[in-house]
Amino acid sequence: MAYSQKVVDKFEETLNNPEKASVGRWKPGDEDFHRVGTGIVGAPACGDVMKLQIKCQNIDGENRIVDARFKTYGCGSAIASSGQLIDMLKGKTLEEAQAISNQEIVDILELPAIKIHCSVLAEEAIHRAIDDFKSLRNND
Amino acid sequence: MKQIYLDYASTTPVEEGVVKKMTDFMSFDGNFGNPASRSHSFGWKADEAVEEARNNLATLIGCDPREIIWTSGATESDNLAIKGSARFYKNKGNHLVTSKIEHKAVLDPFRQLEDEGFEVTYLEPNSSGEITVEQVSQAINEKTILVSLMHMNNELGTITDIDSIGELTRSKGIIFHVDAAQSIGKIPINMSSNKIDLLSISAHKFYGPKGVGALFVRRKPRVRLEPLFHGGGHERGFRSGTLATHQIVGLGEAARIAHQQMDDDFEKLENLKRIFWEEVKDIEEIYVNGDSKNKFPGILNISFNFVEGESLIMALKSIAVSSGSACTSASLEPSYVLRALGRKDELAHSSIRFSFGRYTTEQDVKETALLVKSSVERLREISPLWEMYQDGVDLDKIEWA
Repeated sequence: MAYSQKVVDKFEETLNNPEKASVGRWKPGDEDFHRVGTGIVGAPACGDVMKLQIKCQNIDGENRIVDARFKTYGCGSAIASSGQLIDMLKGKTLEEAQAISNQEIVDILELPAIKIHCSVLAEEAIHRAIDDFKSLRNND
Repeated sequence: MKQIYLDYASTTPVEEGVVKKMTDFMSFDGNFGNPASRSHSFGWKADEAVEEARNNLATLIGCDPREIIWTSGATESDNLAIKGSARFYKNKGNHLVTSKIEHKAVLDPFRQLEDEGFEVTYLEPNSSGEITVEQVSQAINEKTILVSLMHMNNELGTITDIDSIGELTRSKGIIFHVDAAQSIGKIPINMSSNKIDLLSISAHKFYGPKGVGALFVRRKPRVRLEPLFHGGGHERGFRSGTLATHQIVGLGEAARIAHQQMDDDFEKLENLKRIFWEEVKDIEEIYVNGDSKNKFPGILNISFNFVEGESLIMALKSIAVSSGSACTSASLEPSYVLRALGRKDELAHSSIRFSFGRYTTEQDVKETALLVKSSVERLREISPLWEMYQDGVDLDKIEWA
């Protein structure tokens, strides 16, 4: 598999310093867990599962993503795509995050055609996480 | 960065001595003649070298040199054996038997024969990756003309009981083809005592050059084939085309060395496998694929649950290995061999094949084992599946989106 140097760097960054790369999780019972939206996409049988969590805060009347964490089971480009997504999310409003397209990740990481589904998975993950966050708010 | 090569089941380096011998058969100052030229010494010398190679291979597998046909490799040998015999004997019957864990070079010719009207039974291995003589016995009928099974599986290292299956097929008058691409030069085979009719051989799996192989075609009882190539009638009409003298010389020399070194090589591989396994066996949630008693020690296929194979390969960047993961294949399908064992797809995605060889050192396998341990641990740290497993979640009960 001929990956771009960007995929390799992102993958290694994540593996070598998971904490810095925002690998981790918030779990029930954690302070602020009610402000965390979780999206899990993919399936083990397909070879990739992405779990994305976003922590939101209402700033000036708008929900913004103030922090995000992830864990990914999958090939190198799936792991790199998750890390790339995380970089793009922080500080964005939910609306802005919702608008992130997989093509942006493809372009930044220079993903080969056969790995485009990894970026689609990342896009789905943010949509799920946003939906989950919104459903939590509705339950308040 | 120093690279450690642990992919010997994929291909092997050519022995230096073999390279030297090969280059003697190419240039003007060397022996470049066409072995089919009968009118001058250039041809005679080349022919002599080709026949010496044939003798070396015949010694290695215990057959008459006249039973060896040179080909371009195991893929051609498989095609010639399978399509050639089925087409020649098609008036005797139209049923063929093979297995689901064969190499694509066997499966694809069978698919082609299905298109030509043949019926094919694809045997399923048991969970250890074995195809048994009982299965073959149940699968054959009065219309069966060919059984084709591999000697050693390339992904698992499992070894088929070809002697027993050969007794069965011979007693029923059925042609028995064995794809021995992985086993030749590594474990003994004796064509004078077994009942195999056709045997495919590849040079580059046993320290010979790529692009050359052979097909054993039994003389007694005589096996006939419809050739794939038509032309000058070389190789007793089975395979037309000018012989690639340098390639054949390389194969022959590799066969000579393999014959001498087979026992030592095997013992060394057993030791390497033992050392490697001692180091990795305590990693939680790992599964050996093809856990058969009758197995070659040079191939070890392990699934590291909750870690995807391609990402593990990327983490092991100084180690050359291969994976059954979909992500390393052009088709995005996980290994059909591992799936045939009845394992869950995720274990196919999580598999790595380590294959050791003549140049592998104890230091290599120790270093690899340590790196495997730390990489699996690090990838599990970032794996949501590992997290769920640690939380006691049953992954099979989750409805994955």
